[in-house]
Amino acid sequence: MSTTSGVLGAFDHVDDAADAIRELKAAGHKDLTVYSAAPQHEIEEALGDPVSPVRMYTLIGGLTGCAAGFGLTIWMSRDWAIKVGGKAVAAIPAYVAIGFELTILVGSLATAAGIVILSMRKSLRGRPYSPRFSDDRIGVFVPCSDADASTVASVMTRHHSVEVTRDA
Amino acid sequence: MAVIARDPSMPTQTHAEVTRDVVRTITEKPSNGYYILAGTMAFLVLVLFGTLGALLKYGLGLAGYSPPIMWSVYITTFVFWIGIGHAGTLISAILFLFRSRWRTAVYRSTEAMTVFAVMTAALFPIIHIGRQWLFYWLIPYPNQRFLWPNFKSPLMWDVFAISTYLTVSSTFLVIGLVPDIAAVRDHVSGWKKKLYSALSLGWTGADSQWRHYTRAYLYLAALATPLVLSVHSVVSWDFAMSIIPGWHGTIFAPYFVAGAIYSGIGMVLTLIIPLRKVLKIDHMITKYHFDNLAKLTLFTGSILFYAYAMEYFIAWYSGNTFEQTTFWRRAFGPNWWAGWTMIICNAFVSQLLWFKKIRASIPALFVISIFINIGMWFERWVIISMSLTNDYVPYAWGQINPTWADWCILAGSFGWFGLWFTLFYKNFPIVAIQEIKEMIPMSRRDPHPELHG
Repeated sequence: MSTTSGVLGAFDHVDDAADAIRELKAAGHKDLTVYSAAPQHEIEEALGDPVSPVRMYTLIGGLTGCAAGFGLTIWMSRDWAIKVGGKAVAAIPAYVAIGFELTILVGSLATAAGIVILSMRKSLRGRPYSPRFSDDRIGVFVPCSDADASTVASVMTRHHSVEVTRDA
Repeated sequence: MAVIARDPSMPTQTHAEVTRDVVRTITEKPSNGYYILAGTMAFLVLVLFGTLGALLKYGLGLAGYSPPIMWSVYITTFVFWIGIGHAGTLISAILFLFRSRWRTAVYRSTEAMTVFAVMTAALFPIIHIGRQWLFYWLIPYPNQRFLWPNFKSPLMWDVFAISTYLTVSSTFLVIGLVPDIAAVRDHVSGWKKKLYSALSLGWTGADSQWRHYTRAYLYLAALATPLVLSVHSVVSWDFAMSIIPGWHGTIFAPYFVAGAIYSGIGMVLTLIIPLRKVLKIDHMITKYHFDNLAKLTLFTGSILFYAYAMEYFIAWYSGNTFEQTTFWRRAFGPNWWAGWTMIICNAFVSQLLWFKKIRASIPALFVISIFINIGMWFERWVIISMSLTNDYVPYAWGQINPTWADWCILAGSFGWFGLWFTLFYKNFPIVAIQEIKEMIPMSRRDPHPELHG
């Protein structure tokens, strides 16, 4: 059951949905939620959102993993110093494999954490949803007051929305 | 209007048909054959754990360990399963970065295969160490005397490589599954809806979710790509860093990586050829996909052909008696049949794929895939165990004597892998719904916007 009041439009055609999004954004509706079964470039362009900051999670995770890999091996080797195979106590070339693996491991886990954290930043709880949006339709939800609802609905209808519902 | 040319990589269905066809593989009642298959796999798992129980009670004396062959069937099978996983990551991550569209229909099944193959492989070092309950000694943990592992040993590199591979490939599989599980959630009811709702982690396909998801997936693929190359290189260094004749080769890393991908594609073919019929998804996984898989098999098989030839050539050209003896015994020693099984199944059988007729024949590909599976297990057995039979002192030479405990664990590993895969394909989307839909252009009211600005 939705709790955010607004208007939900369903579209069969991606260009109709993109046109509606452009017009709604131009009219000052910034907090749109657009549902689709797969990412659509035309929708992304219409929304005009910046590139996801998830790459920072990947970078910081990767660097942390790399530092941890070399730090762990060097510190542990020096903590109980034993010469093995005639190599230096802390033999850096031999530790590249571990440094590399931990770069990948922590970088990947940080990336996965990034999706979860960043997706949670915008709460979608209470926004209406239809199972058709994971199938073959595009949904556009516009949070708005009762006063604006009819204007938003008319924009959607003008852009050939196949179904417009008012959620209050 | 008659169709005169069509891009074979493009799906022929609509978005709704893709959802319907894939969700049907999950919602349709399993056949009796499915239960028989799952039951057989479960029986083999019992064999695995029963034998493992005997090994725990009586020790590794039950297995065919006798000096100088202290790495035998278990390490052979470990390398075999790790190798199987590599094709999955190649198809799901590397071909994703190359924007290779044919991967879309098959990548989910290969990615699941990767995770389950690595889960299977990870059992073997633990079985092999003998005192299995002390496996955590492999991990650097703060212990009472602050003793740390020897990080200069390639075996320690392997601990990090395998655990990273298992974690990253599982993460990659789960992240790819989330939007598809959400699509299944929207088409089922009752307890299944509750289950898939929980597993979909609140996914709705909102723009804010796709924005982070698509970027993150790209970075995960970019991280998994060097990982897949590193893992089997590290596995190869378990051998190449030592001075055993037959192991000590600089060619080992690329040789093992190519072999791993080759064996993995063999297993992919073995799995998806029957699977597409059973799940009625043969219109999604077509001859076009098999042709591409066959070309990859041919490519990696040819690298193996070259590597095998180089191994023999270098052994001769080095003038090193020990290397020459090892390779002479591979071809003409007591286990000559194993050496030739490896060469015929891998180097020669793969060359049949130069012929388009063979690439286009699904039964022929299935038969070839079985040869690949057999050949690649034997490759590892020849390299690992047979090399150990003859090192520097002929007085210390020995024979390989595998026992029932070796064969039961080997058979059980197929059950362990097979049970996970069988449960997966009936409960999760075996074809990536979201990625297939991404390839199908969404319908447009104006199909040619470029014509009028």
